[in-house]
Amino acid sequence: MSALVEVEDLHVTFGDVQAVRGISFAVEPGECVAIVGESGSGKSVTARTLVGLAGPGAEVRAAALTLDGRDARGFAERDWRRVRGGFAGLVLQDALVSLDPLRSIGAEIGEVLREHQVDGEVVRLLADVHVPEPERRAKQYPHQLSGGLRQRALIASAIAASPPLLIADEPTTALDVTVQARILGLLGELKEAGRTLLLISHDLAVVAKLADRVLVMKDGQIVESGTAGMLRAGARHPYTKQLVAAAELHPRAATKRPSTGVVAEVRGFRKDYGRHTVARDVDLTVHRGEIVGLVGESGSGKTTVAHALFGLVEPTAGEITFEDGPWSGVPERRRRPRRRKLQLISQDPLSSFDPRWTVRRIVGEATGTPLPFLERVGLTADVLDRYPRQLSGGQRQRVAIARAIAPRPSLIVCDEPVSALDVSVQAQVLGLLAGIRAEDGTALLFISHDLAVIRHLADRVLVMKDGAVVEEGPVERVFAAPEHEYTRALLAAAPTLEVAAP
Amino acid sequence: MRAVLRRAGSGLIVLWAAATAAYLALLAAPGDTVDSIIGDGADTPLIRSQIIQEWGLDRPAVVQYLDYLWRAAHGDLGRSYLLQRPVRDVIGEQLTPTLELAVAAAALGVLIALVLAVTTRRAWARRTSSTTELVLVSTPPFLIGIVLLSVFSFRFGWFPVSGDRGVAALILPAVTLALPIAGVLTQVLRDGLDRALSEPFAVTARSRGLAENAVLIRHALRHALLPAVTLTGWLFGVLLGGAVIVEQVFGRPGLGQVTLAAVNSKDMPVVLAVVVLSAFVYVLINTLADVVYLAIDPRLRRS
Repeated sequence: MSALVEVEDLHVTFGDVQAVRGISFAVEPGECVAIVGESGSGKSVTARTLVGLAGPGAEVRAAALTLDGRDARGFAERDWRRVRGGFAGLVLQDALVSLDPLRSIGAEIGEVLREHQVDGEVVRLLADVHVPEPERRAKQYPHQLSGGLRQRALIASAIAASPPLLIADEPTTALDVTVQARILGLLGELKEAGRTLLLISHDLAVVAKLADRVLVMKDGQIVESGTAGMLRAGARHPYTKQLVAAAELHPRAATKRPSTGVVAEVRGFRKDYGRHTVARDVDLTVHRGEIVGLVGESGSGKTTVAHALFGLVEPTAGEITFEDGPWSGVPERRRRPRRRKLQLISQDPLSSFDPRWTVRRIVGEATGTPLPFLERVGLTADVLDRYPRQLSGGQRQRVAIARAIAPRPSLIVCDEPVSALDVSVQAQVLGLLAGIRAEDGTALLFISHDLAVIRHLADRVLVMKDGAVVEEGPVERVFAAPEHEYTRALLAAAPTLEVAAP
Repeated sequence: MRAVLRRAGSGLIVLWAAATAAYLALLAAPGDTVDSIIGDGADTPLIRSQIIQEWGLDRPAVVQYLDYLWRAAHGDLGRSYLLQRPVRDVIGEQLTPTLELAVAAAALGVLIALVLAVTTRRAWARRTSSTTELVLVSTPPFLIGIVLLSVFSFRFGWFPVSGDRGVAALILPAVTLALPIAGVLTQVLRDGLDRALSEPFAVTARSRGLAENAVLIRHALRHALLPAVTLTGWLFGVLLGGAVIVEQVFGRPGLGQVTLAAVNSKDMPVVLAVVVLSAFVYVLINTLADVVYLAIDPRLRRS
């Protein structure tokens, strides 16, 4: 049987930027191939080139670009339109924005059927991807559906015209870990049914279970390929090694028992919005120099707890103390002297920095001498006069850390601080945070949906679900012997390389 | 249902505020009401006292104000000082030509904007159109009117120079008012289309095999309409202000002419009526815009 997709020496350039630099690969029918790499590696551009959507201004050159036995290099727009949806369906990241928010999902799926003049029923297709009550759901809009259901609807629209190939570009990145596991299950089903899959991801663990072969991309080139198991056993390229390290749950090397004394304490915290309770009976204590992990899926109430700690949300019930004094229920002027002791590192520093401020001014706002703090986080003087958008994601997060540690805080709340970073940068930032705790004795409240990250860094972990803490304990104990059913489900859903081992 | 009531309630408050503000302005304006009513007529103490008697001007200001509100609520807008006729009749007969002009101009402006925004996607067409739009937006409407008049009426004689007889007389005034509207709307729509086409859902739509035009019309255009709808309040202002000028330039009868005459001769009942009418139309148009929003964007509807 001939390959479904055959690519030889593919180059994609945007002006002066070489996004893809001479890659070759083939996808056989019924196979699942994954392309893994960090942002800017050229993996998404490669996927989109296969449907002729490399983007405006893209120049595509290849020794061979064969789709379904036809040479696609000379394809006119008409030919590409037949390929799109007919030969290959494309599933993008977040269905909230990847489906037209102004149209019902039924209309979106129906559009594919009409365009390719195939018989098919929207309701049937929704049922095929296990959307419950498909008749009702077909009339709904993306914002009315949960993340998982939206993603299923997006997949239904991609496979509506029965294309032999399904290209999924980060199909689960925007989803919670348990939902991610179910979507991956659905993709596995589609593969069982004989469909060919091309998965694109930044996370090796996500694709490990499904992929027959993994191509590792970096800087527009394929640096290594093989099964996930092979890569785990003997990665040769340093980047692949980083990917493998990031994908495996890495237990911490040494546990240093933090010093005594309490920095912040939340007692019986409850928050209601009208009749809706977003957090209830939350008890949380952070000792000096301790790293506490707070795990939960979206909507679990972990952000509400963080906001309460910052005094942005007044508790409906319960009380919060910080630095040996009441923190909730007191006027802001009594909190202000202690504000410097409490700092925040957010997921996306770009939006928490004033875009018109230089790094000098951003860090200088917290301290008169920004340079020593920048040097502590591994930056040099040449970033001082740059603007946030001129920095890479990792550099920005380092600036955010420098700004947070400058006032010598006793507690830093880290809200998903590495979720937006590539794996190679993630490890460095986590190392930096661990170092700051060790040297300054700063306590960290580390909020994340990523269990591997929590396990790597935290001393103690709290698991939240539906606004309540369902489990709490030392990291080693919770990960080794979870007591609550939900914690077990979370741990089971987290993708690991172990399942892919042969 | 509650939203509709709240909407109607706030509309009423706007109307009341407009009527009151206009009334206060009238009180504060220099000059005696009796002088305005007499105008160029005979002026004797007897006539003056008769006028005060007839118009009830000797009552306390608060009573006069309440009486005015009470009557306005019943649709009685008083009598014109100048024309000695009920304001309702004066406005009523001048409303139709202005309404024709406004509706024709708004429809034409929106149509031109839609066609231009959708058809000028190529780089060169876009540059040409964009420059033209800027020129149109920055040209005062009376100048556009005069240019159109001198070319199409005086030079070619295709359209009548003035009056409001037939469709032919409506074309040039409507075009004059429509061009600046089309200029701004095209820019807003084009910007909206650009934004929508760079969203992930546009990639998804293309990946289904849709032609670029289908992506544009079926997906992007609705997104581009949202910011355009926001401009309807501004559109109304342009139409109102433009009508006064355009009616003058083209010698058309209409509310613009009436307003101008009333302001010049301090014919306050007519000015008041025009203000209240404007406020009413403004409330109406904005309510309509809110309904259009709901029709376009399901995210704004409450489940």
